[in-house]
Amino acid sequence: MSQTVAKTVSYSDPIIDQILQQADAQWAASMKVNRRSFLKLAGIAGSGLTLAFSFGPAAFADGEDAQMPQFNAYVRVSPEGKIYIYATNPEIGQGVKTSMPMIVAEELDAAWEDVVVEQSPIGSQYGRQFAGGSLSIPMNWDALRHAGAAARAMLVAAAAKQWNVPADSLRTENSKVFNQLGDSLSYGDLAEVAARQPAPAADSLRLKDRSEYRLLGKRITGVDNEEIVTGQPLFGIDTRLPGMVYATYTKCPAFGGKAVSANLDEVKRLPGVKDAFILEGNGNLTELASGVAIIANSTWAAFQAQKKLKVEWDKSEASTDSWTEIVKTAAELAKKDGDEVVENKGDVDGAFQNAAKTVESYYSYQFASHAPLEPQNCTAHYKNGMLEVWAPSQTPQGAIGSVAKVTGLSADKIKLNQTRIGGGFGRRLLNDYVCEVAAIAQKVDAPVKLQWTREMDMQHDFYRPAGFHSLKGAVDQSGKLSGWQNHLITFTNNGRPVSGGSLSKDEFPALNLENYKLTQTNLPLGTPCYAWRAPGANAFAWVMQSFIHELATAAGRDHREFLLEVMGEPRWFAEGNPRSLNTGRAIDVIKLATEKAGWGKQLPAGRGMGLAFHFSHAGHVAEVAEVSVDANKKLTVHKVTVATDVGPVVNLSGAENQAEGGIVDGLSTMMALEITMENGEVQQSNYHNYRPLRIKNAPVVETHFIQSEYSPTGMGEPVLPPLAPAVCNAIYAATGHRVKTLPLSKEGFTI
Amino acid sequence: MSTINTTINGKSEAIQDVDPSTPLLWVLRDHLGLVGTKYGCGIAQCGACTVHIDGSPVRSCSTPVSAAQGKSVTTIEGLAVNVGALTAVQQAWVEHDVPQCGYCQAGQIMSATALLKANPNPSDADIDAAMSGNFCRCGTYPRIRAAIHSAAKAQRGEKA
Repeated sequence: MSQTVAKTVSYSDPIIDQILQQADAQWAASMKVNRRSFLKLAGIAGSGLTLAFSFGPAAFADGEDAQMPQFNAYVRVSPEGKIYIYATNPEIGQGVKTSMPMIVAEELDAAWEDVVVEQSPIGSQYGRQFAGGSLSIPMNWDALRHAGAAARAMLVAAAAKQWNVPADSLRTENSKVFNQLGDSLSYGDLAEVAARQPAPAADSLRLKDRSEYRLLGKRITGVDNEEIVTGQPLFGIDTRLPGMVYATYTKCPAFGGKAVSANLDEVKRLPGVKDAFILEGNGNLTELASGVAIIANSTWAAFQAQKKLKVEWDKSEASTDSWTEIVKTAAELAKKDGDEVVENKGDVDGAFQNAAKTVESYYSYQFASHAPLEPQNCTAHYKNGMLEVWAPSQTPQGAIGSVAKVTGLSADKIKLNQTRIGGGFGRRLLNDYVCEVAAIAQKVDAPVKLQWTREMDMQHDFYRPAGFHSLKGAVDQSGKLSGWQNHLITFTNNGRPVSGGSLSKDEFPALNLENYKLTQTNLPLGTPCYAWRAPGANAFAWVMQSFIHELATAAGRDHREFLLEVMGEPRWFAEGNPRSLNTGRAIDVIKLATEKAGWGKQLPAGRGMGLAFHFSHAGHVAEVAEVSVDANKKLTVHKVTVATDVGPVVNLSGAENQAEGGIVDGLSTMMALEITMENGEVQQSNYHNYRPLRIKNAPVVETHFIQSEYSPTGMGEPVLPPLAPAVCNAIYAATGHRVKTLPLSKEGFTI
Repeated sequence: MSTINTTINGKSEAIQDVDPSTPLLWVLRDHLGLVGTKYGCGIAQCGACTVHIDGSPVRSCSTPVSAAQGKSVTTIEGLAVNVGALTAVQQAWVEHDVPQCGYCQAGQIMSATALLKANPNPSDADIDAAMSGNFCRCGTYPRIRAAIHSAAKAQRGEKA
């Protein structure tokens, strides 16, 4: 991508639009910027103070863009007193459109009611714009704080000039600067003078101490809430353009099959149909798979025509996956170690020989679909060699590259607008639907919206990989966990391990134990897999934390005490790396969750409490589930107590919402959601046979935060993984039944 | 292709050039531009498409537009009588910060509004029954429940 992309986009704040175009030229002329620097954007008379900020090494792109500074924050203080803050990252429901501007507003001492949050366009100048890995907050925390502090410093400097007093004698609050006499000037009144002040050096700024926070840590409601509750057009699917036509795209039910021919003439004669054609595709399921496009004058006409479409598929290279066969193969393989040794440390064999107790167990879990409620869709218009796209994508910058590849257009001919996203969960990290509409738009003389049916969405997903773990654990004479081995059976797509399918060498409890062995077998898979909320962790947590409980039980120990002992001394395995387990933080959340849940209290028969801890996506989370199970294996999850340490909480309302949602999503997925495939085709198609939880099954969720001194990290993912093991450990406590297969419906449970 | 005469959000509409079997959802979204009503499943499983016909909640993805003949349809856009105002239910949704992605919430609000009209003081079990047709992929159920209780109080004139 180059800066020309930005020049073609329209900004929601027209003044920033003009200023940024000047800024491009300004940067191009100088090209030399400090690693931490501000750009006080060239003012437009009457526009107030506008700042762009480029911060840290991540603010610089590699390769051809190395000279192009990337700003990760924009702030404009208008003379009318409005404070415009750009939200740069895609909003998928994780709340960044609210939480990221809150960080700027805090350091700026802006009154939140003066803040107007605008969704920024897509372009390399806006830093790395994506929604994934719970990374939006940790990657932008420093930049956003500095941006707010810089704007504040310039407003203070302007006031100091006006009053002719030293800047350090002034204080700020609620979008105003106060002097020691108690006089105040509003930010709006100061904006024009502030714009004429020199931009401060980043290193000269003093950031607030946490005790000074007025906004961060409070419950702030989402900036789009009013638009959402009144049904305003926000989402990708809501895009409407003059003269727009509607498309469906039909792909082979067995992944990788190619369209050879179709009853196109018949389809073209159907009511409302304007055109129908085959796209050869580029053979890459994440970009453009072969298929048949139907263009119609309404979504319904396109859907109806799709039902009449008959395609002859060449399945010579298509998937032939069979879940039944996979299950059988894995059970055979599980009887021995895997060929690939991922880790083998200490003396595992010795630990088993000297063990007081050993436990062997085989755990398996299912493929799962993302099933976001907004089915995949995208709108594009190809005109005069330019392609404009309206995309609900978690990786909009990546989408531009993929679209360039499939259309043959250079990136500067592609303008991409981001929309609000009706659920991501990792599905929209891939841009297949964006590529499809781009290729279709090149053949259509009008704006075109591609709309997938729910069935398409469920049967052409990139699934959470299933997995099989053959585990053996040892407990020594003193009742301590002394040895652990695991053979993981997972998958490859096109020869490469699937995303979220492999255990790393340092996956818990590898680092906590002296004697640890992990081997792996990869089965080739035609069904495509990809990141699903808390990739890897979403399933591994269930296996590891269930097995730890099995071992604690075998040793006759209290689960909590056993788990705390496994954590050992408080230590940070890779000091300074937020993605490395810190056992001190783990211990703290385990203690807090169990204390708040009343761990150890007497419960009636059929009722039990289960504990689990998992560290993922930089979040330390412990959960206690309280469940009851009746004689017919009907499960009720009464309450889940969550204790989490993600550092200081940015938006308490958003963080609590993510915790509640993570619990419901975790329970929904473990309960009955399962994707199976036979003859390469996914057998589930819609919410009648892939049935997510309803309101009556949602447990009470009580969330506690340990707001430690570490830098804040994301809340979108880490609460989900511990839920399944906490519930299964509670089922064991209630019934003595150890769940070893997910979803629970496989073992006869209902909810 | 007959004409369907209906009232949508208080405004008379003569819908032409549409097959009467077309789901109301797609007439609202594609023909009338009322995109607040959402497509989620097309088989009346998720409730994202919920609208009111003569005050009763229906799944517009599985209701032919012909069913609106001579009737009054209310969508999320027409829920508040005055433009720019919010109903008690919408207000509660904002205050409880219910939405995550927000995609299902129009349907949730339409179902909740119908519930409170029929039952101004619903129990948790009443809420479970009335809201069971609305799926939230983000799992905002605890907040939906709290918002309904709070809207019910507000509508009864009690302090929320």
